[in-house]
Amino acid sequence: MERKSPNKLNFEQLLMDIAGITTFLFRYIGSLFRNRFEGREFINQCYRTGYQSLLLVGITAIILGLVLTIQIRPILADLGAEAWLPNMVFISVLTEMGPVIFALLFAGKVGSGIGAELSSMRVTEQIDAMEVSATNPFNYLVVTRVSATTIMLPLLVFFGDLLAFFGSFIGLKAYSDISFKLFYSRAFSEVYFRDIFPATIKTIFFGFFIGLIASYMGYYSGKGTSGVGKAANAAVVASSLVIFLIDLIAVQLTDILT
Amino acid sequence: MENNRILDVHNLHKSFGEKKVIDGLDLALYSGENLVILGKSGTGKSVIMKCIVRLLKPDAGSINVFGTDVLNCGEKELNEVRTRIGYLFQEGALYDSMTIRENLEFPAKRDKKLRKLADKELNEIIEKNLESVGLIDAIDKLPSELSGGMKKRAGLARSLMLSPDMIIYDEPTTGLDPYTSDAINDLILRIRESYNTASLIITHDIKCAKRTSDRMVILSDGKIIAEGKFDELKTDPSEQVRLFFV
Repeated sequence: MERKSPNKLNFEQLLMDIAGITTFLFRYIGSLFRNRFEGREFINQCYRTGYQSLLLVGITAIILGLVLTIQIRPILADLGAEAWLPNMVFISVLTEMGPVIFALLFAGKVGSGIGAELSSMRVTEQIDAMEVSATNPFNYLVVTRVSATTIMLPLLVFFGDLLAFFGSFIGLKAYSDISFKLFYSRAFSEVYFRDIFPATIKTIFFGFFIGLIASYMGYYSGKGTSGVGKAANAAVVASSLVIFLIDLIAVQLTDILT
Repeated sequence: MENNRILDVHNLHKSFGEKKVIDGLDLALYSGENLVILGKSGTGKSVIMKCIVRLLKPDAGSINVFGTDVLNCGEKELNEVRTRIGYLFQEGALYDSMTIRENLEFPAKRDKKLRKLADKELNEIIEKNLESVGLIDAIDKLPSELSGGMKKRAGLARSLMLSPDMIIYDEPTTGLDPYTSDAINDLILRIRESYNTASLIITHDIKCAKRTSDRMVILSDGKIIAEGKFDELKTDPSEQVRLFFV
């Protein structure tokens, strides 16, 4: 199977991709429970998708915390509500900005990498070579990558949230004499389980769909070197769109359930 | 000889859209035989090979490999057939994130019998296979560090890992200089002697066909237009056949 017109955004291609990704999803679930799990490759993918994204997420998180604090502080100071700053920044990072921004970064870095790598393996017949040696390439290449992104993104978001928290503290410390203990108690004063739980569930879905879509785009990419570029591009564009769709659904569900 | 038939392709048809690539092809391969399929580029040679290992599904026809109907069998039976076939891809198709040793380990560690072997025994097999293709010095190199000819030899060593009864060579000498092409041709013959395999060699290189074939078929527009030994076909009076020997 090959995606028909991977560089065109048309309705027919969109429907075919939705059907293809749905089939891919069921194949993933079936493969996960039916076949031998490739543990070593899974750990390798966790290292590549998670550990190798730490620096990017870390730097972005600190800047995010700093920028939010510096921008919101004067507004809250005018309203006489500066004391609410740590909590406001932390809640917004924890529930919305952290998961979405880090997921978009992850889609750009990891999603494009998976799309390009699998596509290049398709073009150079490496996937065919696995198949003819009676190895299941889907199990080795797709199941491990999707499982790794599903697990690593929530961990990266947790790590990013912590660094954004420290970034926010640094930003506030530059303008006031607040102690870390006071900042900490104010930041966590209004944080409840109902804030953390939906955000964590959301990031699991983000990670899963980034891995799934990127793998799909790469696995069924077009021929030639142009197919590699198109697969990487389609992986990022489609994953980013799906992140916002999941976020929209998650916000609605959280609103209804709480 | 009929008893030794390990591959039987009957009335094979395959089209891509409007384009008919294979048009009613019949083919047989016998145990220990080197069969060359000679044809110009784009005549569907690789498509036949991919149908044989079910990487592609033909539109019609039947393919029997080692007595198994590969087009209608289950995944388990198909994999059993595939483990008995070695496949050398045109560019080697080495896994580029792995060293040559890991490339050879990969199919072995997923094979029912070989994965039970101790590391030492598996290493011995890997080294033996690399020695047989003259590439033992490259064991810990990455594919990106190898030349085109070396990649093909490494690909061949990998295809030998599961001790196949039949090896498919997809354009084994394409893109290589004459000296390396000769070395690959010699290697194909040596592998047959050492491992007692049958070979299906697809090529458009007449020198490769002459050197390696026991029997040849000439393919044109998805059909076999001539069949026989190299010397017989060389003197074939048909214009279409003579063109290949000019």
